[in-house]
Amino acid sequence: MHINLTLLVQMLAFAALIWFTMKFVWPMILGPMQERERRIAQGLAAADKGEEELKQARSGAESIVREARERAGAIIDQAQRRANEIIEEARTAASHEGQRALNAAQQQIELEATQAREQLRRQIGEIAVAAASKLLEREIDPRAHEALIDQFAAQI
Amino acid sequence: MAALDSDRIGEYITEHLTYLTNKPQTSLINFTVINYDTVFFSVLLAVLFAGSFYWVARRASAGAAGGAGAAGGAPHGFQSFVELIVEWVDTQVKDVFHGNSRLIAPLALTIFCWVYLFNFMDLIPVDLLPDIAKGMGIPHLKVVPSTDLNGVFGLSLTVFILTIFYSFKMKGARGFLAELTLQPFSSKNVFLQALFVPINFMLESVTQIARPISLALRLFGNIFAGEMIFVLLALLTLVHGYATLETFGGWGLTIMQAVLTFAWEVFHLLIITIQAFIFMVLTIVYLAMAHEHH
Repeated sequence: MHINLTLLVQMLAFAALIWFTMKFVWPMILGPMQERERRIAQGLAAADKGEEELKQARSGAESIVREARERAGAIIDQAQRRANEIIEEARTAASHEGQRALNAAQQQIELEATQAREQLRRQIGEIAVAAASKLLEREIDPRAHEALIDQFAAQI
Repeated sequence: MAALDSDRIGEYITEHLTYLTNKPQTSLINFTVINYDTVFFSVLLAVLFAGSFYWVARRASAGAAGGAGAAGGAPHGFQSFVELIVEWVDTQVKDVFHGNSRLIAPLALTIFCWVYLFNFMDLIPVDLLPDIAKGMGIPHLKVVPSTDLNGVFGLSLTVFILTIFYSFKMKGARGFLAELTLQPFSSKNVFLQALFVPINFMLESVTQIARPISLALRLFGNIFAGEMIFVLLALLTLVHGYATLETFGGWGLTIMQAVLTFAWEVFHLLIITIQAFIFMVLTIVYLAMAHEHH
């Protein structure tokens, strides 16, 4: 239980030790620790961010797929409708065309019938004149009686 | 026989209380005497602490400089242990002191580790090192620096000087003197205030001086008492030497000594940690108070 020089030596040693710890130990341990802590925090934040981005990308992709599917459906619908329309149009066009051909044929038939009738009438007229002249045994001038023959033919 | 026993017991205890000095000390204070053992073990433990922590510090900063390499960020083994202590001390400091100081945290770390190592010397079997020393021709050896008043006052007085220094530095001469003389009593009346100044000064001086004394004696008392218990437990079988093992009761005493020493070691492990912790926390508190403005 004595106080002696040891006290002063102890104080000096303590001061030196504090200086050493302050200068070489504390900052060199705590600095890298804080740096590491910062890097870990950054890493975790980056992981969170990545996860968030992945989620967003996934939902984005989903919406894009859904949109594409809808558009594809719409396109198919439209194509189907268009096909139906084309078939319908073709059908109407064909039936119109058929009608027209029918009409034309009928007209042609009527025209030809009329022409045949006309020719027939003419020939009958000529035959009648020939028959009449034979009956009269005399040459009748066809030119003089042409109006009469025509009138006759028209009556047939 | 009884007289011989008590003589040997007294001799044994005295031996454990005697320092290895350059010359016998008779007066209470004599600055020409030095305790070689306290100085030797203090410096040895200081080198142990500083060396191991410096080794870790170099590894840590080398790892940090290495960047994202395999060994770069991840600490392991002793480095993790040291970082655990450093972080814990840092938390303790931040809990008490909210300012900015380059000194307080390293100081707290130094104190905790050094005092812990001082105290830990107490757990080494009480006769082991002194007997080895005796074998080497050294008559006395006290291995626990914190059972030396010089050792503990060396710590607490250094802390005291730092406290005064920082108080002066942070508050200036006026603030420092005001803290000493204008509290706890103050009055708007000039005459009353003049009367209060010497009273305040006395009270505040006692407060200030009591701090290093209580700081040192608390540590000293606890560790010294712990050491005395180990010495007394050693006395159970000391008196008869190897002859103890010749009797049934002697075996009982031997087993009792082993069991009690073990129990006390376990309990003392707690005490040395707590004492180192208290010393550190009070140091932080004193220095934080020195930094604060009132």
